[in-house]
Amino acid sequence: MINDYEIIETMKMFSQQHLDIRTITMGISLYDCCASTPEESCQKIYDKICRCAGRLVEVGDEISRKYNVPIIHKRISVTPISMIAAASGAKDYTIFAKTLDRAAKDCGVNFIGGFSALVQKGCTKSDEILMHSIPQALAETDFVCSSINVASTRSGINMDAVRDMGVIIKETAEATKDSDALGCAKLVVFANAPEDNPFMAGAFLGPGEPECVINVGISGPGVVKHALEGVKGQDLGVVAETIKKAAFKITRVGELVAREASERLGVPFGIIDLSLAPTPAVGDSVARLLEEFGLETCGAWGTTAALAMLNDAVKKGGTMASSFVGGLSGAFIPVSEDEGMIAAARSGSLRLEKLEAMTCVCSVGLDMIAIPGDTTAEVISGIIADEMALGTFNNKTTAVRLIPVPGKGVGDSVEFGGLLGTAPIMPVNTASCADFIHRGGRIPAPIHSMRN
Amino acid sequence: MDQEKNTAVVTVLGRDRVGIIAGIATLLTEYGININDISQTILDDIFTMVMIVDLKDVVIEQSDIADRLNALGDELGVQITIQHTGLFNAMHRI
Repeated sequence: MINDYEIIETMKMFSQQHLDIRTITMGISLYDCCASTPEESCQKIYDKICRCAGRLVEVGDEISRKYNVPIIHKRISVTPISMIAAASGAKDYTIFAKTLDRAAKDCGVNFIGGFSALVQKGCTKSDEILMHSIPQALAETDFVCSSINVASTRSGINMDAVRDMGVIIKETAEATKDSDALGCAKLVVFANAPEDNPFMAGAFLGPGEPECVINVGISGPGVVKHALEGVKGQDLGVVAETIKKAAFKITRVGELVAREASERLGVPFGIIDLSLAPTPAVGDSVARLLEEFGLETCGAWGTTAALAMLNDAVKKGGTMASSFVGGLSGAFIPVSEDEGMIAAARSGSLRLEKLEAMTCVCSVGLDMIAIPGDTTAEVISGIIADEMALGTFNNKTTAVRLIPVPGKGVGDSVEFGGLLGTAPIMPVNTASCADFIHRGGRIPAPIHSMRN
Repeated sequence: MDQEKNTAVVTVLGRDRVGIIAGIATLLTEYGININDISQTILDDIFTMVMIVDLKDVVIEQSDIADRLNALGDELGVQITIQHTGLFNAMHRI
């Protein structure tokens, strides 16, 4: 018998601590949508997405009503478009992005990910076309998200792609300058990108994934923070245990929703991504959760250690709760989407270099960080290179989602609204790395890539 | 109260007053929903009433029961929610 305390605890998690299912993401393979003309391929893509995901939003809403659990987003991820568009002969893939956008709108979802390419070891002609289509594609669509995997522990780092992405990020910022470079908020550069990640902007359906699959991303930094408020002053073993218990309960909600969505849609359940994903709402912040460990502000010395422990304990609690945990799973540290991070960045306590250190132990990387619009493409590539090295050499996923805001500098801030939040422009070390970036070539895979 | 059974938890949070149980019971009767168990307590200074109800053939998401309970809550100045028990079993039982 469930007791009253457990019922009230659950109610409070949802009503006061911002627990929600962040996203039900349907992965759809587009392998059967290749065609010899772009028009034919786009028609197949549109038809398939609408056929598979037509009921996604309706089913999400039904489950939400049954359990009175908020399910914030319903989204779609697809096979990287560079693989699908290759046969079409198109010289620009904006038409594919527009097709994805139209399909997403007609299905009622709010993001579609997969305008992507996997180029960790080198680019195909199609990958190059896709990468150079990104600025226009993101400027002419609303819901399309793009990601490029430029590095992996197995393959090393494709520094030609790192160099090109610095330029492409700048071009995307310029192409979307009327909305403060919003296009860059929908563009991620990855090392070791997971193929089953349900979270945007980095979601795509990897080559090893099934025909159609349901992946669910959960959230709940507020729940973990609340649990830690109950163990103030106690030793860190108690803190770890408390986080694990909270992560377990959160993940079980995700598992319940994922299984039910899978059954109702007749689509297999893939994974639960048990990430602590903050929002700009007060009480839903990973930074504030880190401060609950005993830090004056996020960015203070000790932040990396606290984050390492948090990220690990979340995974440990979550893996007990679901047999299929995947995606990014851990703690996200996007600056603009987290009320506490915004405050710490504004006060100067949280700097780019500290964030870089934090990304060694968080689940993703340098995320949603606004930088001065006059930052050079080479410096952006340098930041990407460093972040890719952290991922490649430490055998983890890392990512870069930087927003060089045209016409703005340190002291300004940008307002993206909604879950994308507000970003204070952070200062960047402008010392040149141009000669390093223009060398090009590949950084070889690390020695520990040889595991066979 | 295993997950297969079509049962739900009705929770009332707020200030106690005359007519809460009567109002809810009357509404549930309209749907043929039976109350299996009621308990009330003060948790963290909040008056809390928890009902376990047998939904029989009622499917929460296909019915207007949740909306009508919400509306009744507004009338009585309390918060009333209905949730399938599967949620609580998932979170609190291994």
